[in-house]
Amino acid sequence: MALRNPGWYRGALGFFLGAAFGFGLVLALRAVSGLDLFQTEDTGYPHIVVPMITAPFGFLIGFGAFDYWFRWAAGKPTVPEDHSDHGATRWQDYFKFNTDHKVIGIQYMVLTFAFFLIGGLLAMLIRAELAQPGSQVVGANTFNGLFSTHATVMIFLFIIPMFAGIANYVVPLMLGAPDMAFPRLNALSFWLLPIAGIIFLGSFLAPGGAFDAGWTGYAPLSGGAPLGQTFFNVGVQFAGASSIAAALNFLVTIITMRAPGMNLWRMPLMAWAQLATSLLVVGATPFVAGAQFMTFFDRILGMNFFNFLEGGDVISYQHIFWFYSHPAVYIMMLPGFGIISEVISVHARKAVFGYRLMALALIGIVVLSYSVWAHHMFVSGMFSWLRVPIMISTMLIAVPTGIKVFSWLGTLFYGKIQTQSTAMLFALAFIVTFTVGGISGVITAMIPLDIHVSETYFIVAHIHFVLFGGSVFTIFAGLYHWFPKVTGRMYDERLGRVHLWLTVVGTWLTFVPMHWIGMDGMPRRVVDYASQYGDWNLVISISAFMLGAAQLVFVYNMIVSWRFGPKAGSNPWRGKSIEWLVSSPPPVYNFTAIPRVVGGPYEYGTPGARHAIMAEDEEGATVPTPEPSKVTAS
Amino acid sequence: MTRLPIFKLVLATLVLGALQSVVLLQVNWFGDAAATATGPIDTLMDVTIVVSSFVFALVCVFLGYAVYKWRVKPGDEGDGLPIHGNTKLEVWWTLIPVLIVVGLAGYSWAVLVDIEKKDADRINVDVYSQQFEWTFGYPDSGGKSSEGELHVPVNRQIDFKFHAQDVIHSFWVPEWRIKKDNVPGITTDAVITPDREGTFQLICTELCGIGHTTMRAKVVVESEEKYNQWVAGLKEKVSPFLLTADQAFEAQRKAEEREKGIEGSGVEETGSGDHSD
Ligand code: HEM
Ligand SMILES: [Cu+2]
Ligand SMILES: [Cu+2]
Repeated sequence: MALRNPGWYRGALGFFLGAAFGFGLVLALRAVSGLDLFQTEDTGYPHIVVPMITAPFGFLIGFGAFDYWFRWAAGKPTVPEDHSDHGATRWQDYFKFNTDHKVIGIQYMVLTFAFFLIGGLLAMLIRAELAQPGSQVVGANTFNGLFSTHATVMIFLFIIPMFAGIANYVVPLMLGAPDMAFPRLNALSFWLLPIAGIIFLGSFLAPGGAFDAGWTGYAPLSGGAPLGQTFFNVGVQFAGASSIAAALNFLVTIITMRAPGMNLWRMPLMAWAQLATSLLVVGATPFVAGAQFMTFFDRILGMNFFNFLEGGDVISYQHIFWFYSHPAVYIMMLPGFGIISEVISVHARKAVFGYRLMALALIGIVVLSYSVWAHHMFVSGMFSWLRVPIMISTMLIAVPTGIKVFSWLGTLFYGKIQTQSTAMLFALAFIVTFTVGGISGVITAMIPLDIHVSETYFIVAHIHFVLFGGSVFTIFAGLYHWFPKVTGRMYDERLGRVHLWLTVVGTWLTFVPMHWIGMDGMPRRVVDYASQYGDWNLVISISAFMLGAAQLVFVYNMIVSWRFGPKAGSNPWRGKSIEWLVSSPPPVYNFTAIPRVVGGPYEYGTPGARHAIMAEDEEGATVPTPEPSKVTAS
Repeated sequence: MTRLPIFKLVLATLVLGALQSVVLLQVNWFGDAAATATGPIDTLMDVTIVVSSFVFALVCVFLGYAVYKWRVKPGDEGDGLPIHGNTKLEVWWTLIPVLIVVGLAGYSWAVLVDIEKKDADRINVDVYSQQFEWTFGYPDSGGKSSEGELHVPVNRQIDFKFHAQDVIHSFWVPEWRIKKDNVPGITTDAVITPDREGTFQLICTELCGIGHTTMRAKVVVESEEKYNQWVAGLKEKVSPFLLTADQAFEAQRKAEEREKGIEGSGVEETGSGDHSD
């Protein structure tokens, strides 16, 4: 009976039961307290807010996310691991609570890319409105909702989880591990994401419109905002829980599940980057969750954390928020650094220059990034003594970042640079574009300059140079690089280059002029602007549309190549790290026997040197009989 | 291993960096200047542009050279040279950036101290912000106040105290290079010495709701006599904030109306706006 087995039917049932439970609970409690059954003041709506929390849990329970744990907690025999949840043979398998890290990786990558397209469409609307001075397509209220959801979707549903998805697929393979340490937690991390997405985007349907206090949700503006803001408060909890759970999983996997012989100094930089990122996620994400819970309590329960009329402290919101959200910018960059190190090394056929310093620089960034949050608050009216120490620590972060850039350049020297590879071209474009974002970052760190440029289009230019030219370029480099591994097929390099050039030129044309108009006097988050900026804004909008359209080339290339591309073979780039030593796509359990690591990950140019020896290659090794290839029970 | 043409690469970096600096310094990035603080701030920006130009040139030259020189030839299946690093080089490219950023940070700090120095004969002005309107108080001139229009005398330091009634707003006059949040519940402050007469715009730069875009006010800098005359003609201040709750509601409604898309939202020209040079 479909409703008794985990899956979509039981999930739907759970959803409705959860929603009904939350709804009923609110009405019952209000009736008992002698209140009106429905409260529909702007910040209230408990009969919507509570089901918004209970319904997703109902869905997850119905869907089967907790079956194993419930049985175990109840002392019942757990269903023996029948491996029915490993591997995917049909597209329907991607819509299950699957615990295979490779399936989960693909689920992550496809879903988050869809969010990228949605966030991009929102950006297109923003740019349509701003193409000319005056009113184009939307009013101020809708516009504020647009840039708030645009940024939120891009950050919480695209960049951060996309990196988690790429790492989910490749890091266990690189470590020589059969899976992540906690496969069920891994699947749960994934399934929290569509929930967060539905909540964020569902806010467009709320009375009063989507949340519109920016992705930063500053109090007290967010405290008095209409219902949509609660969707933000709650959505962040689901997205945040997802990334914390994933990060814990990465930490344990990387620390305990490396193949024999892989000491820390033989670990690929991709894994180092994931280790560093996870340390940031675990330490910092609770702060954004806290900030949103406090706003939530202020709004729903009439608490006064940030209500200045009742003794609340307005600026403390910003301290708590940025204590997460600055580290978050490195959460959105360090995995990309890891990808670039892999891509450049493999496609220049050379060892990463200064490998140990590269790893230490990652850790340096982790440590420093906890000490710089208040550089977003130089004009906020916080304690003035805090500004200079924060400026210095912020500018010091440029040093480990510089080390990374110089070491990538060093890696290119005396290499064999494969300029025909789209992955490599994206890596090179990243280095140049990210350098500009780094420079504008140093400018915003210098207090006297930041006083002028903060909250202007200069900031919008800066964020996009680091997030688009930084994170998104590295994501493309990674997706192209591992596409043959994931799908077993090659993508079309010619279309790849079309995508690359349109994206690079589009990024520069869109975001460079934003620096100028920002410094000259155009504030950010405005629906209209002085007519003198009309010409540049038109240039920006046209470039933005081109940049948006360019992404369709990528989508086309990926879909068509996945179906019809030429077979890739296990190691098309002749990489050395372990993921390239298994078939493409890898076997369901990754390895027939755990590989043995015998050297560094980037042993290019040294004849006979290897990173890892697979069980199959060991002389006289008894190769265990392979698992049957089709293990998915239907 | 072929020797690197280090000398040529460094030379190319210097030439490209110098070229970029020269081109970039032609542009008046921060727009018009109308306060004493703008001198040190704009110089700091210029220095930063020069330093950045050389950093960017360095990355471009070395990256460009590497790609040009070690681009793989078709059919070449070989590996690069087995070089894993160079400790001396790595120490240098850690230390030199440390020196650069510490230098820039120290310089910024000095500028900050300079622009925040308080004069003895400064005059006080209160700025009251609330959703979508600005009000100004002149405590040194008998508690007078003005709505939507700020007047200050030229060549005297103004000590602004900022107050907000509802949500955070931010006070920005681009020509003064000054910006400060107005935070409900606390008073923030900033000093500035306007040194050019004229009319400027005060722009709210902290998202404050539906009327944020149009939350602007006129700033008039004039001679001290004119200023005194003007203040003398003002009403006594009634309440620190322009609007009562009812009036604020009305303002909100007006903002929504403005938003309904009549051409021209009241956003006027600011800054030099001229990037053709
Ligand atoms: C086609 C690509 C994109 C375009 C044209 C675009 C455009 C814009 C524009 C015009 C704004 C300014 C809104 C305003 O202040 O009025 C903005 C804000 C923002 N965007 Fe994008 N964007 C793009 C991609 C991205 C990506 C990939 C990210 C990645 C995280 C991103 C993150 C942000 C953030 C964090 C903000 C700040 C929002 C705020 O002020 O609350 N954007 N975007
Ligand atoms: Cu930051
Ligand atoms: Cu505002």
